[in-house]
Amino acid sequence: MTETKQLADMNVTEWDRIANSQEFKDLMATKKVFIVPAFVFFIVYYFALPVLVGYAPQFMATKVIGNVNLAYLFALSQFFMAWTVAWLYVKAAGDFDKLAKDIIDKSELRRGGK
Amino acid sequence: MSTPLVMFLTFIAITLGITYWASKRSAGSSAYFAAGRRVTGWQNGIAVAGDYMSAASFLGIAGIIAFQGYDGFMFSVGWLVAYLTVLLVVAEPLRNAGRYTMADVLAYRLKARPVRAMASLSTLTVSTFYMIAQMVGAGTLVTLLLKDSGLSYRTAVIGVGVLMIVYVVFGGMLATTWVQIIKAILLMGGTLLLSILVIAHFHFSLSEFFNAIGHVTYHEKGVAVVKDFLQPGLRYKPPYGPLDLISLGLALIFGTAGLPHILVRFYTVPDAKTARISVVWAMALIGSFYIMTTFLGFGAATIVGRDYISTHGGTNMSAPLLAQNLAGDVFFAFISAIAFATILAVVAGLTISASTSFAHDLWTNVIHNGVERKPGEEILVARISAFGVGAVAMFVAILLGPTANVAFLVALAFAVAASANLPVIVLSIFWRRFNTMGAVLGLGTGLVASIGLILVGPSLMGIDPPTVVGAARHLFQMKPLFPLENPGILSIPLGFAGAILGTLLSHEPTALHKYNELLVRSNTGLGAEKATSH
Repeated sequence: MTETKQLADMNVTEWDRIANSQEFKDLMATKKVFIVPAFVFFIVYYFALPVLVGYAPQFMATKVIGNVNLAYLFALSQFFMAWTVAWLYVKAAGDFDKLAKDIIDKSELRRGGK
Repeated sequence: MSTPLVMFLTFIAITLGITYWASKRSAGSSAYFAAGRRVTGWQNGIAVAGDYMSAASFLGIAGIIAFQGYDGFMFSVGWLVAYLTVLLVVAEPLRNAGRYTMADVLAYRLKARPVRAMASLSTLTVSTFYMIAQMVGAGTLVTLLLKDSGLSYRTAVIGVGVLMIVYVVFGGMLATTWVQIIKAILLMGGTLLLSILVIAHFHFSLSEFFNAIGHVTYHEKGVAVVKDFLQPGLRYKPPYGPLDLISLGLALIFGTAGLPHILVRFYTVPDAKTARISVVWAMALIGSFYIMTTFLGFGAATIVGRDYISTHGGTNMSAPLLAQNLAGDVFFAFISAIAFATILAVVAGLTISASTSFAHDLWTNVIHNGVERKPGEEILVARISAFGVGAVAMFVAILLGPTANVAFLVALAFAVAASANLPVIVLSIFWRRFNTMGAVLGLGTGLVASIGLILVGPSLMGIDPPTVVGAARHLFQMKPLFPLENPGILSIPLGFAGAILGTLLSHEPTALHKYNELLVRSNTGLGAEKATSH
């Protein structure tokens, strides 16, 4: 509870100081390098499915293995795509956590905390 | 007593036991609204899955695939991929910067009263509509499943309503969480068993299974037809089908990350890292479940058949009838009890998110300016509003009756979440310039656009032949003014446009000034709400 109060008392310049610090900028840049391409990739990959199914149904009906067609395989691949992106994100987020922890530790030091 | 009834009662007894246990641990706001923020990653992941997989996904998807083949599977795909938006964009910032509701993050640097009032209105709209759809579904389902016990639609709706109120009022978030966990485990188990039985039916040969899907036989207007059910286009037909499919995808991908009852689950874990892990757990379960809808849906199409399902309760009964066909009445009862548990867990999640928003956003922060006048007031108000929300949902569900066309209410919930909630959440986290006017106008435009477009769309407007009677008829007997069932493709850009326009039209130095604080908090977790210690 005391910590929350301490943070509430923290004047605005402390938040500004952190936001403008090199460590925080590094954290944001590291996040951006992963999240932006990952987001764009999954959006494009996902919307390719309704677009192809909607506008090229004959092409998507092409049979690949036995009676299994391209439409079903592409839909199924979406599940593995989602799991893979999620797994990669969790791995990348380990780095975000480390960078964030450094920032928090430094801030507490400044306040004369533990 | 019939077997389904025994299984229903067993589930009810267990969940009431949990509610009693949870009621002793729900003192204090953080305990009542956020389960003390001590839910672990895997527990919350399973609970998210239990909160999310509604009757629409279990019974609905199996039915759509059984009747319209491949196109139904498109829902399954969207419902999982949507979690990438939750994972990459909203879960962690929300956990870091908020307390109990989605509005906490919005109100951080904006004027609390107008923003919370609008956000709460949007939350209550999404939750109530979604809940009415679930209640009508529950009533119809229980009546069909327990027809030997002579249970009426009204009794079933009241039963579901009373149970969800009991869970939420007495057990708070902790009881709701465990009801959702048990339901998710039951649902996964039942679905896995049913899938294995389907493959066994085809002598454990996937190629035999997929070959059967290539030749599904049924009668259309008295004429026998054979169709390849893996072929797209049985549901979404030209001219507007493809556009509707894309619009549906947009509502799912951007709506899930704006569903209030899913977002509040991230407040129940100790920190953002655990929130992240819980999304991954949820994705593992939700993905496996939706892949298995292949066996449920196509299994029902090939083994039971459209003709039989149509005359034995209709599309929603596809999965239970498949269970009956493959393993007899006891398994039918088991699958039916799971469907019932599914609905209960989802409505409990909706009730708690709606009542929390009412108490925390509207009562404490809008009406009383952010001051809880005496300790425990917020919980008391939440408990009373859970009664209110439950009563309204029961009343409307009974009024509409079992034949009402309510599927559009779920589409509406996703559309409002995607068009009103998501734009303002995203902009408030990522856009320094964003301000109160932008949030209010964004929420308002998104809400009005999605409701308006559904009102004038084919769900509510259409010309029925005289053979269609009662609540099954379209509300407005005229040609739809908007051709798509899913308004997302138009309403999401409108929501964003409203938010951006509102922002540009006004200046708010405090919002600009406090952005650094929100940015640091949401990205580092500095000063985030801690778990309560015991």
